[in-house]
Amino acid sequence: MLVSGPFMHAHAVWVRVSHWIVTAGVLTLGYTGFVILMAHPRLYWGDAGNDLTPALIELPISRNYQHGGWAAATPLFEDRAAGPVSANRTYNIFNKNGWGRSLHFLAAWIVVLSSGVYFYLGVARGHFRADIWPARAAIVAPQSSADRQVRRDYSLQQKWVYSLVVFVAAPVIALTGLTMSPAVTAAFPLLLRAFGGYESARTVHFFAFVAVALFLIVHVVMVVRSGFRRQIRSMTVGV
Amino acid sequence: MRRKVTRREALVTGLASVGGFALRYPRSLPPTYGSLLRMGDNLTYAAHRALLPQQALVKEYGEADITSFPAIGTTNPGSSGTPERARDYSRMESASFAEWTLSVEGLVGRPRTFSLAELRQLPSRTQITRHTCEEGWAAIAQWTGVPMGAILDAVGILPAARFVVSYSYDDFANSIDMLDAFHPQTILAYRMNGRDLSVPHGAPLRLRVERQLGYKGLKYLQRLVVTNEFDDGGTKGDLANGWAWYTGI
Repeated sequence: MLVSGPFMHAHAVWVRVSHWIVTAGVLTLGYTGFVILMAHPRLYWGDAGNDLTPALIELPISRNYQHGGWAAATPLFEDRAAGPVSANRTYNIFNKNGWGRSLHFLAAWIVVLSSGVYFYLGVARGHFRADIWPARAAIVAPQSSADRQVRRDYSLQQKWVYSLVVFVAAPVIALTGLTMSPAVTAAFPLLLRAFGGYESARTVHFFAFVAVALFLIVHVVMVVRSGFRRQIRSMTVGV
Repeated sequence: MRRKVTRREALVTGLASVGGFALRYPRSLPPTYGSLLRMGDNLTYAAHRALLPQQALVKEYGEADITSFPAIGTTNPGSSGTPERARDYSRMESASFAEWTLSVEGLVGRPRTFSLAELRQLPSRTQITRHTCEEGWAAIAQWTGVPMGAILDAVGILPAARFVVSYSYDDFANSIDMLDAFHPQTILAYRMNGRDLSVPHGAPLRLRVERQLGYKGLKYLQRLVVTNEFDDGGTKGDLANGWAWYTGI
């Protein structure tokens, strides 16, 4: 919560603690997510997709990119000429991602649990309503920049971006992550329907994180340009 | 005005949820060897076992949904692995696996072997499911086989039984807990898309563990061992090779 006043601009302790836990978690998720994606840098739409089916997009991020290490394909059904096929892999791909997956889930546990506390307190303490949510009144009558200087609120654009990250991108990433779990979707098949299948969920998961990564870049640039020392102090010691 | 949760209410709710969690918490967890990553895996495993319905079925697809299916890892035990194993496998393959048997042993009342003909005579289950590979791709196929639960019932597992360890002809091993072993969709498959299982896909018999990632579905099955303590096949298993043991994810 922003404590408003002419000389004060302090983040509450729980905002500062959750900010840095989530920062460490999201950086770990981004890095391990990249390593996981390196094993199969192809994205699809629908329930299933693999090297023998067309990709939506291929990312040139590892030696597995367009590797083509497959023996001649044989049809899976004799009576379907243009039907599904099988082929043997003839090439050892990059696939040292076991650690990456386990670290990804460890970080996901930490981010999800601390975000849970953040969401609870965000609602309970009025932080979302007061500081994050782009309120109707503000849209109708934007505060003057001079007014903001005194009150040190977030601008309307900032509130929109923070709201999109907190209330849209983060839940979408968490839900598409769960949709990639065969055990979770056995219990909640609605997830597969909601995102259009396992591979669609994987694709949405990727692009939603790309959006968050772009936000992070802009966020850091703004922190640097608006007084790096002051901003870091405000998000750590809180003054 | 907002109603405050009383201390007693909080205490009762808290104790009830801890109790509920403890009741369904798995009795044996895999070893972590002090690794933070393995502790995270165990947290996911314990949370799934405590919070998810125990016998929920994965989505089954229609025949029109069947997709192309890459064959990866070992694609022919007859030309890889130890020379002795390769020779054994090639000999059995050339005789349409008539000599092949699956041995079921360990903590069971009546250890025995099953020939392919005997397995085919047992009640079978056919399912069209999604194979989710740890690499990130997925493929849909139809599988026919004997539910692992039916095999375990036939040999009579002892009360202390906790895990089923599978060993394969291509020298891998893997294990699952009793909940997954008795899951209705956990089958020992001998047919894929209506045809006998091909060599690249695990002939003559492979495991399907539908609520976990593809690599738990061991190909080229040779032996099942029922144990009371955690065992994933040691040096041939997942943990020794840097892979998570539980991959319900």
